Amino acid sequence: MSTPTATPDLTHLPDPRGRFGEFGGVYVPETLVHAVTQVAEEYARAQKDPGFKRQLDALLRDYVGRETPLYFAKRLTEQAGGARIYLKREDLAHTGAHKINNALGQALLTVRMGKRRIIAETGAGQHGVATATAAAVFGLECDVFMGTEDMRRQKPNVTRMRLLGARVVPVESGSRTLKDATNAAMRDWMETSGGTHYIIGSVVGPHPFPMIVRDFQSVIGRECRAQCLEQIGRLPDHVIACVGGGSNAAGIFYPFVSDPVEQVKLTGVEAGGRSPNTGDHAASISFGKPGVLHGSMSYVLQDNDGQTAPVHSISAGLDYPGVGPEHAYWHDTGRVSYVSVTDKQAIEAFQTLTRCEGIIPALESSHAVAYALELSAKMPTDKAIVINLSGRGDKDLDEAVRLIEAAKE
Amino acid sequence: MNRVDTIFNTLRASGQKALMPFITAGDPDLATTAAMLPALEKAGASIVELGFPFSDPIADGPVIQASMTHALAQGVRPGAIFDMAKAHRQRLNIALVAMVSYTLVHRIGVREFARRAAAVGIDGLIVPDLTLEESAPMREAARNEGLVCSFLIAPNTPIERAKEIAQASSGFIYLLARSGITGERSNLPPDLGERVEALRGVTDLPIAVGFGIAQREQVQSVVEVADAAIVGSAIMRRVADLREEGAAKIVRGVAEFVSDLAEGLRQKL
Repeated sequence: MSTPTATPDLTHLPDPRGRFGEFGGVYVPETLVHAVTQVAEEYARAQKDPGFKRQLDALLRDYVGRETPLYFAKRLTEQAGGARIYLKREDLAHTGAHKINNALGQALLTVRMGKRRIIAETGAGQHGVATATAAAVFGLECDVFMGTEDMRRQKPNVTRMRLLGARVVPVESGSRTLKDATNAAMRDWMETSGGTHYIIGSVVGPHPFPMIVRDFQSVIGRECRAQCLEQIGRLPDHVIACVGGGSNAAGIFYPFVSDPVEQVKLTGVEAGGRSPNTGDHAASISFGKPGVLHGSMSYVLQDNDGQTAPVHSISAGLDYPGVGPEHAYWHDTGRVSYVSVTDKQAIEAFQTLTRCEGIIPALESSHAVAYALELSAKMPTDKAIVINLSGRGDKDLDEAVRLIEAAKE
Repeated sequence: MNRVDTIFNTLRASGQKALMPFITAGDPDLATTAAMLPALEKAGASIVELGFPFSDPIADGPVIQASMTHALAQGVRPGAIFDMAKAHRQRLNIALVAMVSYTLVHRIGVREFARRAAAVGIDGLIVPDLTLEESAPMREAARNEGLVCSFLIAPNTPIERAKEIAQASSGFIYLLARSGITGERSNLPPDLGERVEALRGVTDLPIAVGFGIAQREQVQSVVEVADAAIVGSAIMRRVADLREEGAAKIVRGVAEFVSDLAEGLRQKL
């Protein structure tokens, strides 16, 4: 196969230093270098071990319930009035979101490293629930760091984590959201890495995390690709996913990044919040500049001096001022487009999908739905769009109802 | 010769050790920081680490994080810190070392940051989240500007890697007394002496020890084996306690505390 232009090879990254072009790398205090090196080495061993793959595949099938369906959303398509819309149903994965794919994979690595405690940061609580679940499966001790603002917004998930036996550690510093929970988790890990593994929940953090999380989430894209060939008879024309840190998007995009952009368009949807003004959104690629946050170089929402900017989104899982370094690279190479949709559009899409299909999406995933509705309307009816429906909305009910009522006033 | 090198050479020649206080630039405000510098010199400091406030300092514990949050709320930014250093450098004999998170350096540009630091009389750089693997451009920029560049060595850093880090460092190396984050602790780890001895086998650079040092007795124990003791959180906690009392009381309170710590340099255990 030959292509006229020199497209960079997007599937053999990161390089050995954890670089995706100029992004990624390892920017952590020396205290953590040993721990991240240990994770990288164990992951390399696990990849060569057929037993590891067998064990993970069995868990994903028998415990998570994979593969998750690819569902043709007929009434949603009619509502949009254009291209056919398919939903990759990660909301049907055990615990209600894609986060479990990564949590189980990293829990297996934890056990291989002989560590007995796992920690995690969480925003929406889905990664926290997934990690607490993995801890229960493997009999590990588990602490989940969560901003107190997010504990308020995602109360049902706090209850679930506690029922699962995890400790939820309230984080009061800074904006009391995902960024601060991540700081707290990294600080804990600096003192405890001898017996503790930090299960980072998104494709962020120092190398090897962006790579490991992407790999564990790529099961979404691999399944999706095969399901498209079977159900549509060809690859989809457009794949859409919401992007906070970017794990569900990386997972569904990665198996498509080698396809020509003319054949399969990929679009990441960031949280546009209330407005494009600083502090009103969480769209790191759309409005950020290169910088280092939480151990890697990527686009970061920051002021002119490099201080992390305040962010806002109705969706706790997207309420993060950074983004995975591979997304930064995909953006700069032009392989993936990044757009943003507002809180208001997301809430409308939340209601539209719920009413049309009887599927209550997470507020995070509702951002992807909003963009897909807009896009479908502009495309011919013989085209096919896949939305990664990354999670279900049960956790959001109180917050969504509050926002819907507020919008009426 | 760089001021940091001169200071350690002089101290070593007379068998003395160094005290390196850390203060957050701009807590409670930059004028007070400026007033603290000569007071720290008088109290017995040889080198002062000037912390550049950052919104997300992952290596720092609650005291320094809160201190940085306070400084940022006052609008303290790198440009203003450089201006402050420039205005006060002339009346100081101590060395000034900037402790700064990499993203702040990156935003200005590695070479430009080093150029501006050198131009205002800053003598060295510590970038705590810059790993050895990512450090080459920073080291080159520091060298070109005549700045020393010190890297951190952790308790779990293997000795071969510690050797590489020491080779990459200039001025001194920064040995973490313990894993984890900055903050006051009541005792020093028992293996500190052994770790310093092991490092002596791979480097001739002065060894400064920090993280968790808060009392005169701990300074004493540290300089029994190492060349310098670094104290940060214990100082910034005093600043926080005195914040409402005004600049004069803060400067006096910090100076008294640092004088007491400096006693630890002179007394033998």
